Amino acid sequence: MTVIDLCNLEGFREVVLPEPDREIEGVYIGDLLSWVMGKAKSGDAWITIMSNINTIAVATLTDTACIVLAEGVDLDENVRATAEAKGINVISTVYPAYVTALKLSQIL
Amino acid sequence: MSDVLTFHFDVDGDDFTSAGQASVQIKKSLRQLGISPDTIRRVSIAMYEGEINMVIHAGGGEADVNVTEDQVIIVLTDHGPGIPNIEQAMQEGFSTAPDAIRSLGFGAGMGLPNMKRYTDYMNIESEVGKGTIITMKVNI
Repeated sequence: MTVIDLCNLEGFREVVLPEPDREIEGVYIGDLLSWVMGKAKSGDAWITIMSNINTIAVATLTDTACIVLAEGVDLDENVRATAEAKGINVISTVYPAYVTALKLSQIL
Repeated sequence: MSDVLTFHFDVDGDDFTSAGQASVQIKKSLRQLGISPDTIRRVSIAMYEGEINMVIHAGGGEADVNVTEDQVIIVLTDHGPGIPNIEQAMQEGFSTAPDAIRSLGFGAGMGLPNMKRYTDYMNIESEVGKGTIITMKVNI
């Protein structure tokens, strides 16, 4: 499934989608950025509640397909602009990380 | 073996939010050179961890990157407090980062271990009170 397909599910919404057709190949959940950098794979949907500027840098370096902000977390305007400039897809969902992962598991 | 490209970056110790600029720039440059995505990922992650460490612990520093025909060589130099016990610092989970840094998602004690994991060679020279020089090499 693509990032835009995920975004169109009930309970998910676009924050910024510069590459909406990117394919999601797996899922990683984590908030400790160094841990995520060591473990997340290229093409993963990365579920997190971290929304600072470093989150965007980690997504850039690990080449994740998208960031999924759980629990309704949103981005500040300057972070959103950075994500757009660096081509990082960001989606927000009302669901907690566990439920988000379950939903992804059903459709991947 | 002759150097084909060299890069130099000053890592600003006052601006935690801008840390990562050097590694993102290196990622872009290596991509233009046609280097494999896996190698680029390893180099940029190791370098980003190093940048973050310099910002958290040393008030910034310098990053020098040499790209040769068969290696990417990264040298990170700072004039911070130094590392009293390198063996301890290399253990996953060991961290001296303050709470404010942890709240930003860093300080998990994975920085140096990640740098070692993602590189083919890593050497730390550190003197307490003077600073630290980390040399990392990634084979292309």
